[in-house]
Amino acid sequence: MKKDIIISGVGGQGILTIATTIGTAALIEGLQLKQSEVHGMSQRGGDVQSHLRLSSNDIASDLIPEGKADLIISVEPLESLRYVNMLNKETGWLISSMNPFKNIGDYPELENVLNEIWKLPRYVTIDANRVAKDQGSIKAANIVVLGAAIPFLDLKYESLKKALEVMFSKKGQDMVTLNHKALRAGKEYAEERT
Amino acid sequence: MQKLLLLGDEAIAQGALDEGISGVYAYPGTPSTEITEYIQESKQAKEDKVRSLWSANEKTAMESAIGMSYAGKRALVCMKHVGLNVAADAFMNSSITGVNGGLVVLSADDPSMHSSQNEQDSRVYGKFAQIPTMEPSNQQEAYDMTRYAFEISEKFNTPVLIRITTRLAHSRAGVERKEKAKQNELRLPSDLKQYILLPAIARKQYNRLLGMQEAFRNEAVNSGHNRLIDAEDKSMGIIACGLAYNYLVENFENQKVPYPVLKISQYPVPVDKVREMYESVDQVLVLEDGYPVIEELLRGLLNRDQKVRGRLDGTIPRAGELNPTIVAKALGIGVEEGFEIPPLPGRPPVLCEGCSHWDSFYALNEVMEAYSKGRVFSDIGCYTLSALKPLESINSCVDMGASITMAIGATDAGLVPSVAAIGDSTFTHSGITGLLDAVNNRSPITVLIMDNSTTGMTGGQASSAYGKVDDIVKGVGVEEEHIRVVTPLRRLHEENVKVFEEELKYDGVSVIIARRECVQTLSRRMKEKARQKREAR
Ligand SMILES: Cc1ncc(C[n+]2csc(CCOP(=O)(O)OP(=O)(O)O)c2C)c(N)n1
Ligand code: SF4
Repeated sequence: MKKDIIISGVGGQGILTIATTIGTAALIEGLQLKQSEVHGMSQRGGDVQSHLRLSSNDIASDLIPEGKADLIISVEPLESLRYVNMLNKETGWLISSMNPFKNIGDYPELENVLNEIWKLPRYVTIDANRVAKDQGSIKAANIVVLGAAIPFLDLKYESLKKALEVMFSKKGQDMVTLNHKALRAGKEYAEERT
Repeated sequence: MQKLLLLGDEAIAQGALDEGISGVYAYPGTPSTEITEYIQESKQAKEDKVRSLWSANEKTAMESAIGMSYAGKRALVCMKHVGLNVAADAFMNSSITGVNGGLVVLSADDPSMHSSQNEQDSRVYGKFAQIPTMEPSNQQEAYDMTRYAFEISEKFNTPVLIRITTRLAHSRAGVERKEKAKQNELRLPSDLKQYILLPAIARKQYNRLLGMQEAFRNEAVNSGHNRLIDAEDKSMGIIACGLAYNYLVENFENQKVPYPVLKISQYPVPVDKVREMYESVDQVLVLEDGYPVIEELLRGLLNRDQKVRGRLDGTIPRAGELNPTIVAKALGIGVEEGFEIPPLPGRPPVLCEGCSHWDSFYALNEVMEAYSKGRVFSDIGCYTLSALKPLESINSCVDMGASITMAIGATDAGLVPSVAAIGDSTFTHSGITGLLDAVNNRSPITVLIMDNSTTGMTGGQASSAYGKVDDIVKGVGVEEEHIRVVTPLRRLHEENVKVFEEELKYDGVSVIIARRECVQTLSRRMKEKARQKREAR
């Protein structure tokens, strides 16, 4: 098994939570992993990305080579496009939230952004804010997007649920339940559409 | 033992703890900050009473560590690459004094300048100081080599430098721990003159350092950290330093490179191994994540060697960090292309919503309209983002502390008035001495100290300035009627503008302290308070 994943978004949107959840699930399944994160300057509302590599064998590089990512998981549509050069042209999937984060003056028309995504051969776009709200709180939008990536992750749904439990149990059972519901809702959305 | 999932930074911290350090000394700086933070939060460190408070700057950190080493205990010093410039005086001289307890200096480089002003390569400092230097290529090596660095520090009586880069610092992987070592007992150097660098002693000590060079070279050949991996195809040989090794093997099935590879993770450069490989191949490709340090040595001054390829002949871009794709291109391997990125607007970082710096600069901008442009010297911190739209308030950011001192020079040259804008942590890092210069020089400058009670830029570490700024400013000699404290808030804008106006007109040193807590720190503090309250119930 080998999965190379780029996770992207805007600083403060919770991409590290996605990375840590997948990472924890991968550990539960006994996989090797490397996860490169962005710290520092770029966290202040700037673009952020994380390279996450899972494999049953040794992983050499912390960075994914261009054109070789199996998956882009993005919590922001414009940011998902920033890394399409990393995506495998033959097999790569792009999973993105459709909800824009507009903290720049020249943010393009949302329709144009989505149209660019929809030109790709393999994608799932999801109104993660609405789905998360339906499940109880918009705070879980990032986990909804993660849920929508499940069909492409090659990880067991149970392992991801367990990972969320490990990560959120400190914050109380309510948070665990919310995130479980968000994960499932995202998963079901993607399954219906692929 | 079970594997831990650790950042490269954390692996270094855990390695140092397991090797029995008695203290870590550091000033925050991306990408090194997480080393000290890990130790500050470690249960093991608490139980073992490892000291870990932030120092005022990298120089004070380095010197405190030298002191701990003098007293026989092991000390780790951490900083970002430019921090080593600040600590350089102490660092360079520590190679002459030698050590007593193990002394390891960690410098985290930032090729591609993800969050830095430059991309200097700390390996050059290792060579400059003529001390052993380690460059781990993965998280496990980061752990192992930190332990090993302390070992050879005590064996050879020398400080040891560890150089990492952003990618390793901020990437996680599984790390296996080894058995824990005990801390050293208090034990002074056997020669109590060892640390007195008076010329007569310094000359002796320097000769000792020169005499050690061969031992350092032999160690780098025999330690196992530099490996020559032979292969059939001698049309090319590859020297891969640190992380570059991973990018190299990434490009081959089962990580098997068809060419001979010299993997380097320890310096001084193992010359014999380099020669062995050099003489057996038609071409040498040098892969270094930073400056072309080894490449330059190989080419020599006259650059007559056509066999060597790397950053200097354009095979690899001269600047910026490496990655697997750049290395593939250098190897002449076809790279896979992804999809084309459509034209997208950039998304530069911005000051947080509600940040006090907004209000400080709104006031400053309004007042500066009365003067010609180009008078605001800034420093390094979140407030440097005021250089960007919409504020565009500042005209410089050179190195920590340079705001006040550049304003002195500019007013000396006739640019009166000039303004210096500096944060609280930067002020105690290296602004105080500059302010003293300004007072002695009677410079017509206005210093805006933005006191947000924290080191915001690097993630909100405790600031050495906390609760002390007013007294320091007074103590340095700024006249009390020209020390003004304002609260940077939208609703106090008019009042604050008046204060700025008055002080800019003053023909001498004035200081405006704009005090309001960083909203990120505030929100973290509130959450922590709520958590404690919940737990008390
Ligand atoms: C010599 C050196 N050490 C460390 C850093 C990293 N660094 C940049 S700004 C900063 C501190 C900023 O704190 P402060 O001045 O209080 O401003 P704030 O970010 O809180 O607004 C640090 C530690 C650096 N650039 N140079
Ligand atoms: S972290 Fe604090 S100081 Fe930095 S921009 Fe945000 S609020 Fe301002």
